[in-house]
Amino acid sequence: MEEASKVSRYLYTAIVLFLIWLFLTASLDPQELAIGAVMSIVVAAFSYELFTTRGLGNLHPRRVAYAIAYIPYFLWAMIMANLDVAYRVLHPKRPINPGIVECKTVLETGAGKLALANSITLTPGTITLDIDGDKYFIHWIDVKDSSVEGASQNITRPFEKFLKVIFG
Amino acid sequence: MNVLSAIGETLVLIGAFFYVLSALGLIRMPDVYNRMQTATKSATLGSLGVLTGVGLWAVGDGLSWAWLTKSIVIALFLLLTNPIAAHALIRAAYKSGIPLWEGSVVDKYREHIEAKEKASEGGGEE
Amino acid sequence: MIGVNVYLALIAIATLLSMYRMFRGPTTPDRLVAVDIMTTITTGLMVLFALYYKRIIFLDVALVYAILAFGGVIAFARYLEGGL
Repeated sequence: MEEASKVSRYLYTAIVLFLIWLFLTASLDPQELAIGAVMSIVVAAFSYELFTTRGLGNLHPRRVAYAIAYIPYFLWAMIMANLDVAYRVLHPKRPINPGIVECKTVLETGAGKLALANSITLTPGTITLDIDGDKYFIHWIDVKDSSVEGASQNITRPFEKFLKVIFG
Repeated sequence: MNVLSAIGETLVLIGAFFYVLSALGLIRMPDVYNRMQTATKSATLGSLGVLTGVGLWAVGDGLSWAWLTKSIVIALFLLLTNPIAAHALIRAAYKSGIPLWEGSVVDKYREHIEAKEKASEGGGEE
Repeated sequence: MIGVNVYLALIAIATLLSMYRMFRGPTTPDRLVAVDIMTTITTGLMVLFALYYKRIIFLDVALVYAILAFGGVIAFARYLEGGL
């Protein structure tokens, strides 16, 4: 994945920093806005090389639409995961069947892999143990299918169709 | 405005319940991996509930909007960092040699590490 | 409705339970997981205290505490792995 131009990365960093400033101060006072704009421009000059590789390409409308659609889907999966956990914790017999399985992913960028690993950790009964290239090693609390294809079908596929557009 | 307070208070109640649930999972599960499974998920959802709940409740009580936006920033930060901390901890547990629970069915990671060591030894000899 | 005291009591119960695991835990990662959960719960507790005393500055305290706790847990995990 080649990097976007410096100007685009710089602008993207400054915009994100200014949004964080807006959320932290929550005021539309001109003085606050001015100091926030100045500070985000200064800080972005130091940090844009570490912050992003794709710059303004992240704000492509299709990506933003998929990211917004991903939020309710992810929250729903998370609530389901917690009800599942509640069932396993409160059940007197403790119905668990744990193991470590291997998954393959089609995502290529680092940010996409990070988002997928975090999503896996927060959703039903799975937690990412290690990533090596395109192989994910996942601790699964209730192993239904220990083959690589079956586990990928169960764990990573549902997220990949969103994350492939957002990050891929 | 009181509707907002009621929603926020309900969210805080749900979040506190999930906190208790995560601590219960910490006590009941048999080994460190399963403890991490139950504890991390419930604690993260509990934090989301408590933080957004407090934000909504404060706005409903007539405090400033900064409460809501600030608590959302904290919630997003926790949502981003909690899985990373859990991942670092579980890998540290595995690398420091904690065995899986005896009821575990499969361990692909050990096969992967052994295959990798074999490959690097073979490469060293040539 | 129910009132802040009940939520504070629930959170105190959760902290006590995870503290039990912290003292009891047979291995070091067990204790670390308990500490990680306790820091997460403490962040929620600080935010709730901010509402209790109606001081918005406590929210900043909670944010900084979350950042520091994350760094601490990562450092401990790296140390256990042997790669600090």
